[in-house]
Amino acid sequence: MTNAAKHLTSGGRELIAFRVGDQEFCVNIMSVREIRGWTQATPMPHAPAYVLGVINLRGAVLPIVDFSARLGMKAAEPTVRHVIIVAQVKSRVVGLLVDAVSDILTVSDSDIQPTPDIASDFERSFARGVLAIAGRMICLVELDSVFPSEEREAA
Amino acid sequence: MKKRVLTVDDSRTIRNMLLVTLNNAGFETIQAEDGVEGLEKLDTANPDVIVTDINMPRLDGFGFIEGVRKNDRYRAVPILVLTTESDAEKKNRARQAGATGWIVKPFDPTKLIDAIERVTA
Amino acid sequence: MDMNEIKEIFFQECEEQLAELESGLLKLNDGDRDPETVNAVFRAVHSIKGGAGAFGLDDLVSFAHVFETTLDCVRSNRLEPNQDVLKVMLRSADVLADLTNAARDGGGGVDEARSRQLIKELEALANGELPQTATESAPKSAPAGVAPPAPAVNEEGFQPVAFSFDDFDTGDEPTIEPSTYEIVFKPKSDLYSKGNDATLLLRDLSRLGEMSIHCDMDTLPPLDRMNPEDAYFSWKISLKTDQGEEAIRSVFEFAEWDCELDVALAGGTVGMEEDLPMQPVPFDLSILEEEPQAPAGEQDRAATGEGTPRNAAVAAAQTASNVLQMAQSTARVSPENARNSQSASAAQAAAQQAASAATPTIRVDLDRVDRLINLVGELVINQAMLSQSVIENDTNGTSSINMGLEELQQLTREIQDSVMAIRAQPVKPVFQRMSRIVREIADMTGKSVRLITEGENTEVDKTVIDKLAEPLTHMIRNAVDHGLETPEKRVAAGKSPEGTVRLTAKHRSGRIVIELADDGAGINREKVRQKAIDNDLIAADANLSDEEVDNLIFHAGFSTADKISDISGRGVGMDVVKRSIQALGGRINISSKPRQGSIFTMSLPLTLAVLDGMVVTVANQTLVVPLTAIVETLQPEASAIHSFGSSQRLISIRDSFCPLVDVGRILNFRGAQANPVEGVALLVESEGGGQRALMVDAIQGQRQVVIKSLEANYTHVPGIAAATILGDGRVALILDVDAIVAASRGQSLKPEMSLAAAG
Repeated sequence: MTNAAKHLTSGGRELIAFRVGDQEFCVNIMSVREIRGWTQATPMPHAPAYVLGVINLRGAVLPIVDFSARLGMKAAEPTVRHVIIVAQVKSRVVGLLVDAVSDILTVSDSDIQPTPDIASDFERSFARGVLAIAGRMICLVELDSVFPSEEREAA
Repeated sequence: MKKRVLTVDDSRTIRNMLLVTLNNAGFETIQAEDGVEGLEKLDTANPDVIVTDINMPRLDGFGFIEGVRKNDRYRAVPILVLTTESDAEKKNRARQAGATGWIVKPFDPTKLIDAIERVTA
Repeated sequence: MDMNEIKEIFFQECEEQLAELESGLLKLNDGDRDPETVNAVFRAVHSIKGGAGAFGLDDLVSFAHVFETTLDCVRSNRLEPNQDVLKVMLRSADVLADLTNAARDGGGGVDEARSRQLIKELEALANGELPQTATESAPKSAPAGVAPPAPAVNEEGFQPVAFSFDDFDTGDEPTIEPSTYEIVFKPKSDLYSKGNDATLLLRDLSRLGEMSIHCDMDTLPPLDRMNPEDAYFSWKISLKTDQGEEAIRSVFEFAEWDCELDVALAGGTVGMEEDLPMQPVPFDLSILEEEPQAPAGEQDRAATGEGTPRNAAVAAAQTASNVLQMAQSTARVSPENARNSQSASAAQAAAQQAASAATPTIRVDLDRVDRLINLVGELVINQAMLSQSVIENDTNGTSSINMGLEELQQLTREIQDSVMAIRAQPVKPVFQRMSRIVREIADMTGKSVRLITEGENTEVDKTVIDKLAEPLTHMIRNAVDHGLETPEKRVAAGKSPEGTVRLTAKHRSGRIVIELADDGAGINREKVRQKAIDNDLIAADANLSDEEVDNLIFHAGFSTADKISDISGRGVGMDVVKRSIQALGGRINISSKPRQGSIFTMSLPLTLAVLDGMVVTVANQTLVVPLTAIVETLQPEASAIHSFGSSQRLISIRDSFCPLVDVGRILNFRGAQANPVEGVALLVESEGGGQRALMVDAIQGQRQVVIKSLEANYTHVPGIAAATILGDGRVALILDVDAIVAASRGQSLKPEMSLAAAG
């Protein structure tokens, strides 16, 4: 988490970048409540495969979503090295299981490039754009699209 | 020192309106919810003026005023009656019971303060 | 606090007053003639009017005013509150409630024609006219005779601002040429005894213009003959003002009965000098403008020279009171006086009793209570976690730690119970709302209905109360619309034309039981059965017990009404009622007797925050089964298990066969069927479905658990009622027994769930 200073621009936004497999993603820091280590989740009956279950977050029941599986990639095999990004999505709080948090970025809107049109509809629905940072490509994720409320109602 | 006003009204709404109005005007306000509580609170309130409603449970305004006037320590305290009735009958009864004056609801802050100023030094 | 907050308080208060109003009217309707009941009813409307006036809610004020006027006739025994009168009043209470809601939510929802009609009816009542419906049942002439017409005052309509002090806003007054007035002001002793003060009146007068005052003390008797309570002075004032005579008179508004007052233009006919020979005394009012700090007595003395009556009164007050005390103590021997003082002290005692009878209460923001409840919930979990880790780390159980832990557990539970009690509220407000529902639907259906409520002070958690209103409303509508017969049919069946709906609440084994009974026709089982067959709910040759048939009405989409009336129809059936009761962790049952009526029984938890549960293991997962659902637990023996068809298994319990339900499979926790002999069976009772044996792998123990919402961050999960956090800090799911049983009957869990989402 050392690159932040390089990208400081006035009026910029702060993003949290994380790794899933060999890809990097980021979300707006404003929606992130906390980052914590993985703990065993209680599985939910009839839940979609990407819902790993629920954990106790200081008295509240927090669903944990395998981010990789949610994007249609390989399902995670959670270990103690995995982390949970606790994020606020609309009125709900959810936990995103990711491999690791890699960076905190400060970028301006102009740094965000539109999602390339080779992406499928599905990818385009959650990707708000891509960032090129020091030779890496980081995909900016729209959490509202990752957790559409209808999707969860039907879960 | 601030003037002390004892307000007696069973309506939370009116009690709060009185409180806000009186506090804004620099009075110290002591509240009671009915005549019985009003009489009980006389000593702690030691009021310079009393503002009371008429229709109240347990002990109504008429009874309360009579109670105050029978109390040697407080019988000279001016008492203003809050009334929605504008008819002479109610005023008359309040007067006979010993009320000093009256304020017709819905009061506005100026009226209330004016009336209090009129009966206090 | 600002005006908006006070307005908020006002509407809260209105709700309370409306409830008070309705319950009072219902009491009167039942023949209660306690004057305090009438007073309370009057006060409720009066209070609403008072507050509404302060906020300029004119519609509300004018309706409340007419209502109040009519109630005043009842209060003063000019109007006998018979049933016809009360019918009008109860409907007026409904309209008043509508108007209040409209005022709060910003208009709408008020049937203006209805409100106008009621205003007419109320006015007619106040004028001594009987309600139009009262054709045959004219009231027996009350002691006061037939109600005389109310005073004409009522017909004038209500002016929200009836009186104003604007006269004192001198700036607003049209300027009148300054004139000089001669004013003679002679207070009577009453003026002082009512707390008015001549000096203050003179002060106010002085503010009107240039003033000179002369005090006449001629009537002042020698000190030994002076009565300190009497008024001896009079004043002659010369005032030059441009405010006019009205302004002068209005200064004396509070005092006009208690003084002689003469106001005349200077040079007029008032020959003061001759009538009242006066010794001019310079009268300095400036002292009144100073710090009002000086003791009252001194101030007055300074202000009025030798001693005004008030001065004397104050100075003599102590003496007077001593004298009075002496007089009282000597008077005790006189029987008459003794009786007087006795009755006075009796009244005082009564008042004190009344004071102590009313338990002091405080109003607390619900958020604060909920926060406390959450914290206590955390405490309970924490305590459980602590216990568990002590037990795990200390197998030989050092007694002092264990004892301490036990005490902590005890304390935690007590704290929890006490905190829960804060949220407990009587079901009364919900029950009261039902009486309006009954009135409305009785009107719509042309049926005559009497609602009897019992146990309205039974307490239950506020959340339960809040969620109770909707299903209860629906059931009441259903009971009147479908349960009760028309008056003609009732008479033909030998019943009273007036149907009765009885709503009862009571506590039973840690739950609240609410019963809704009607004395209608009962469930038409043939019709229900046929309908169920038509809708493919049951096979045409199904063999169902009466109870099972009755419970068919809780099936989704079931309605026996030939056409959907807009009353209990509305697209929702009893299945929705059942579902909302279940969502509260409750159960609902019906029992019906042909021609005698039906009884719906709801049993609900007292709180939605904690639950007594049995902690079990299913496919390596820990689940909690609500204890209330469990009838008994058994260890199945191989000989008791019987296969039935391709996948069903039954367990024989005391000669009857009960379907086995594999919880692990229903929840998709495992694919293969568990071996019943290796597990434990929980015999559960479910709504309408009889008994089922739920198969679990093992029982861990019984525990009170704190209920956590799954929906807050996730979604409703079919078969799962809620979640909790166990001693190890992990989340455990609480089983929804009824949903599991329903699923075992072949209804898939998933469609159930989408229905729940729709409901």
